[in-house]
Amino acid sequence: MVDFSKTHAENAEKFNLDIDRTSWHDETLWMVREKRDKAVFGLPEWEQLREQASNIKNNVLSNMHDYLLAFEKNAIQNGIEVHWAADAQEHNEIVYGIIKTYYKGNIPAGELNGMVKSKSMLTEECHLNEFLIEKGIDVIDTDLGERIVQLAGEPPSHIVMPCIHWKKEEIGELFHEHLGTEKGNKDPQYLTEAARQHLRSKFLSKPIALTGVNFAIAETGEFVVCTNEGNADMGAHLSDVHIASMGFEKILPRRADLGVFLRILARSATGQPSTTFSSHFKKPREGQKMHIVIVDNGRSTQLGREDFRSSLKCIRCAACMNTCPVYRRSGGHSYHNAVAGPIGSILAPNLDMRKNADLPFASTLCGSCTNVCPVKIDIHQQLYKWRQILVKEGHTTGTKTFMMRTMAAVLGSTNVFNFSGKMGRFFMKILPSLVSNKFNPWFKQREMPKVPTESFREWYTKNRTKA
Amino acid sequence: MSSREAILKKIHANQPAILPLPAHFEAFTKYSSPLEKFKETLDFIKGTAIEVSSYSEIEKHLKLIFPDVKKANTSIVELGDFANSSWENSFPHSLADVDLLIIKGHFGVAENAAIWLTEDLMGQRVAPFINQYLAIVIKKTDIVSSMHEAYERIGNAKYGFGVFLAGPSKTADIEQSLVLGAHGARGLHVFLID
Repeated sequence: MVDFSKTHAENAEKFNLDIDRTSWHDETLWMVREKRDKAVFGLPEWEQLREQASNIKNNVLSNMHDYLLAFEKNAIQNGIEVHWAADAQEHNEIVYGIIKTYYKGNIPAGELNGMVKSKSMLTEECHLNEFLIEKGIDVIDTDLGERIVQLAGEPPSHIVMPCIHWKKEEIGELFHEHLGTEKGNKDPQYLTEAARQHLRSKFLSKPIALTGVNFAIAETGEFVVCTNEGNADMGAHLSDVHIASMGFEKILPRRADLGVFLRILARSATGQPSTTFSSHFKKPREGQKMHIVIVDNGRSTQLGREDFRSSLKCIRCAACMNTCPVYRRSGGHSYHNAVAGPIGSILAPNLDMRKNADLPFASTLCGSCTNVCPVKIDIHQQLYKWRQILVKEGHTTGTKTFMMRTMAAVLGSTNVFNFSGKMGRFFMKILPSLVSNKFNPWFKQREMPKVPTESFREWYTKNRTKA
Repeated sequence: MSSREAILKKIHANQPAILPLPAHFEAFTKYSSPLEKFKETLDFIKGTAIEVSSYSEIEKHLKLIFPDVKKANTSIVELGDFANSSWENSFPHSLADVDLLIIKGHFGVAENAAIWLTEDLMGQRVAPFINQYLAIVIKKTDIVSSMHEAYERIGNAKYGFGVFLAGPSKTADIEQSLVLGAHGARGLHVFLID
């Protein structure tokens, strides 16, 4: 099914074997992009909002240390316990520690065991579910899309729409198997109702809830979680213990800055004017324990990379994925990383350069990602910069390095370039199979162009002399 | 060194030279009639707006919309005849079988039809989420144009929990088909009162 040991190109090739499905995936995401456009064009001040959001985030990156200290101080004053995790392992251990303390060492069996979780890409990044399940803790993802992929034993393929790659017939089949719905029923209304009943019983029985964090306010120590379904709230307000996991870059200076970010987030993500619920958690409910786990996991290293630090401005709206021609036609799982698409491809090499060396090449560098990014991250420029670093540090394949060296030699000399052009045209004419074969990736799914009789340079030299 | 110290130290070493924090955003659209824009946006996000002049009128509407309602709760004194008002101290999980909740909101936001609620208006934090249907009452004059005005209005208000609630709970996770009532309220009625 999903093979995270293969490269993006290998996974994408497999994804593209089903042509109808690839087109359907492509069109579905483009539809979301069009909704985004409609929402954005409805706001005359959109560009000023982007600029404001970008400037606020730039300030946050430059003053991160002090903002984090202020946030911690205010959160503690509000009665929240604050934890710090250097990496994924420590994050998972902290969460496990909180759970063990709650159960006083005796983890029960059955419905009282474990937690309900709302969407958190950070816990995907940390592989928290696998970690806890191995320790005997039941983890239920409660976002409908996340529950679907969890039942199927897959990671999400998209950060906002986790099962965007699933067809309703398949979800019907999956629910029939796991939730006992009627065989063959694929009606979204019916299937959603079944999930509602199933998950409601979990909300009402599980004593621990974990949510992500969209924004954390330094000035007040509160944090904001955005959902459309209401699953974060159902979980958090019924739980004895609420754990919120956040990457440290989620900080905003002032409560009023939320005005800017809540205006751009949902519009960029799905084209809605706002998510249904933008929940502001400031203090635990009476009798409840509330924890925040602040996670580094490579972020402080990225903060020190001048060319890449602005990737930490990301608010996880996924606009860059929905617009990306490569993402749309290769699917999220091809990126073998918790965050896929253009933004994932500039975040992933920071986590593991060797393992993710292929991702910055999974782009046409068309720049559409940069154009839609609501916080003005220069995504395509960073993809290009990563390529240079990866080649220099020897993380690309021998073939690619050889090809690049050859290209450099050819493009670096007028004589070699002219000669190569002539030879190319000659051989493509008399021996087209030399390039039109399965070893040439450019020949896949497309015909090679007709060979011109002369190069532009030859034509220009001739015609210029005539005039 | 603890992880806290190590992380903070590394952040301090790696963060760039300070860049200014911009002043609050002011270039935002103001609607000539925030009320009309609010109604239009609420309709777009599948909520229902009803203009009324009194609580007795709200009660009349509710009886028509929910003729078979078995369990309705409210935190509004004026609706005490229609709905139960002694539930705020009950165990949160016991609210799972509530059909309808009627509460007041602080104010609405025209650009996204969000309504600002804090826990003192909710009765219980879980209340606006766990019931089958939700109705919120706000004053027609309590509608601001945008989220910037909304936060200006909230200012330094103290609350333990607050939420901008925009429309009924929804999902489109199955092939992008919109379904109302993913987990929370299946429907939202907003009564705009004089």
